[in-house]
Amino acid sequence: MSKKIILDKESAEFTKKIIELSGEIVTLCEQCGTCSGGCPMCDKAETSPSLMMRMAALGQKEILGSDIIWYCASCYTCTVRCPRGIDISKVAEALRQIILRDSVNRIDLSKLTPAELEKLPQIALVAALRKMTG
Amino acid sequence: MKKIGYYPGCTLKTKAKIFEKTALYTAEKLGYEFIELPNWNCCGAVFSLSSDDLIHHLAPIRNLVRVQDMKEGAFLSEETLVTLCSMCFNTLKRANIRYKNSAEDRSKIKNIMDTESAYQGNVSVLHFLELFKSIEPGSVKLKRKLKGLKVFVYYGCTLLRPKEASLDDAEAPVILERYVETFGAEALSTPFSRLCCGSYQTVNAREKVVELAYKILTSAIESGADAVITACPLCFFNLKDIQNEICAAYPDFKGIPVAYFTELSAYALGMDPGEWDEEPGFIKTALAQTGEKKIKR
Amino acid sequence: MSKKDIMGEIAKANSSVIKGVDKSEIKHWANIYIMGQRYEVPADLTIMQAMEYAGFRFIHSCGCRAGFCGACSTIYRLKGDYRLKTAMACQTRVEEGMFLVQLPFSPAVKPRWNIEKTGYEDGAFLAYFPEIARCVSCNTCTKACPQDLQVMDYIQAALRGDFKKVSELSFDCIQCGMCAVRCPAEIVHYHVAQFGREMYGRYGYPRNAVLDKRVSDIKKGVYDKEFKDLVKKNKDELVKIYKDQLANKDKFIKGG
Ligand code: SF4
Ligand code: SF4
Ligand code: FES
Repeated sequence: MSKKIILDKESAEFTKKIIELSGEIVTLCEQCGTCSGGCPMCDKAETSPSLMMRMAALGQKEILGSDIIWYCASCYTCTVRCPRGIDISKVAEALRQIILRDSVNRIDLSKLTPAELEKLPQIALVAALRKMTG
Repeated sequence: MKKIGYYPGCTLKTKAKIFEKTALYTAEKLGYEFIELPNWNCCGAVFSLSSDDLIHHLAPIRNLVRVQDMKEGAFLSEETLVTLCSMCFNTLKRANIRYKNSAEDRSKIKNIMDTESAYQGNVSVLHFLELFKSIEPGSVKLKRKLKGLKVFVYYGCTLLRPKEASLDDAEAPVILERYVETFGAEALSTPFSRLCCGSYQTVNAREKVVELAYKILTSAIESGADAVITACPLCFFNLKDIQNEICAAYPDFKGIPVAYFTELSAYALGMDPGEWDEEPGFIKTALAQTGEKKIKR
Repeated sequence: MSKKDIMGEIAKANSSVIKGVDKSEIKHWANIYIMGQRYEVPADLTIMQAMEYAGFRFIHSCGCRAGFCGACSTIYRLKGDYRLKTAMACQTRVEEGMFLVQLPFSPAVKPRWNIEKTGYEDGAFLAYFPEIARCVSCNTCTKACPQDLQVMDYIQAALRGDFKKVSELSFDCIQCGMCAVRCPAEIVHYHVAQFGREMYGRYGYPRNAVLDKRVSDIKKGVYDKEFKDLVKKNKDELVKIYKDQLANKDKFIKGG
């Protein structure tokens, strides 16, 4: 399967936005795959962290629809291992923020019952709501 | 006794009361008086990562301001804040670093927190484990034996990563192993000691957490451990409280006791067993190892 | 000051409300802007009185006129000050250059809780109000509270399941809703507080032995006869009983 990638003004803007929000120069990524190799969620998501980095560098907006940005639990394994010193977790956060800031939440609290909520440790809810609601 | 500022965090007051109880007991026995911050607030549990989002740093900074105020009021020996929960540790420490390093962030945060004293950036955030980093095994007088008890140390993520917030070498830590040995047990670890348990995904994607917890606990069992220790109430939930869900998903899974690292030390130092609501699994094994029948009072 | 003088003073202070304002008597005037429209009003009026003076008639957003009901929430800014301030219209004097509007309502549905069925557990707050986990500790709510409550602190106490602290810190809440409209985490603080107080009252607050005894006496019918007798009495007899009791107040108070 081949895929046509269009690099235009829009894609450049998108990359710029990711760089601004994350503070990381995503275009430094050399696609070595170390991040994906250590990621605990890589085998559970459709997209790998290194693919996420590539799409961010090329400004491809489809990355916003990928599940890896939500399954990323900010474990920072990729961050400590990237040979280029890129903080990949910040890139994932930037992508989440782009969505959340449009008032689109990932978690629907009404789907959780009071009994389920009561059992969870406080930090689980605090963290999940910070990461997945805007 | 050294008076030190102490930040418990929300979960230690609720689901992880035993973590706090055993930690305070240990600290006292080893010569520290923990002074809980007056009116502390939730730190936010996760450090906010985007460059322009300052509002989520208000919570950790607000707690650090209180340490500064306490030091000024001479309630503390030094401007140090000790935490127990890994997530609080990471969030407080990184917010502190960000605040110190950016003049622009500092002035913006001061502008918003206009009714509080301005934070000078001098508080150091420490994890409980760091207080006892230089204790030599054998230097602490122990009341109960843990000899022969094999403990799998589980670090998780936020004690170690990223590097600037780590309490030890991010890829090859030894601080938990040393702690376990100081209190008389044997420490085991594998690369799974540092694998993420899925963290807060437990709220929204439990099946992913079940899979990761299964891998971690299986590694512990295969390494021959009698119990797993952790420093995070969320890891504790994912590794212990949902073991029934792991059993349901993986019929070969047999389960293993999980405890906070401070339960181990409090037990060895002689805390009254009545203080535990439910006897932690490692105690039975510890007794069997040493051939004792009853817990020594 | 004699009793009569005091009543006279009170009547004088309220004359503008009772008789309307006699413009020639007013020495100080203030310009206020109600929803952008300028009005010149006597400077010693409250916001509520000033709005009435300006011709507004309250069919809403006004209740007790005494700072208790929480109906008259008002937000305003002063010229040259970026801060958005909050006030109860019946309790706050107008100021020169006030830009104001009343908030008729803070929209929020109260979750249905059942205190008999809810365990007195530290996770109970999160079961009904999971959004309190979104609090960013910005302290906006505390700054907004016209009752000067430590609102952020009671939300933080709720997060860690401290019923006692929630009840104590929120006791004077008048449910004006100002905190809730300002909160970036979209928390409805006053509902959280009410839940906390109900739970603490039911499970946490120490029981009062005197009250328990009185309730059980009532249930046993100890006072039934006395009640029945009272109901049969005519007005003159009731007045006499009342006066007797007043004269012997001490005896009744001591007797419980
Ligand atoms: S806590 Fe909120 S609702 Fe209650 S009085 Fe204060 S601002 Fe009004
Ligand atoms: S306004 Fe909302 S987010 Fe801010 S401190 Fe109050 S409850 Fe927390
Ligand atoms: S009218 Fe009741 S508080 Fe103002």
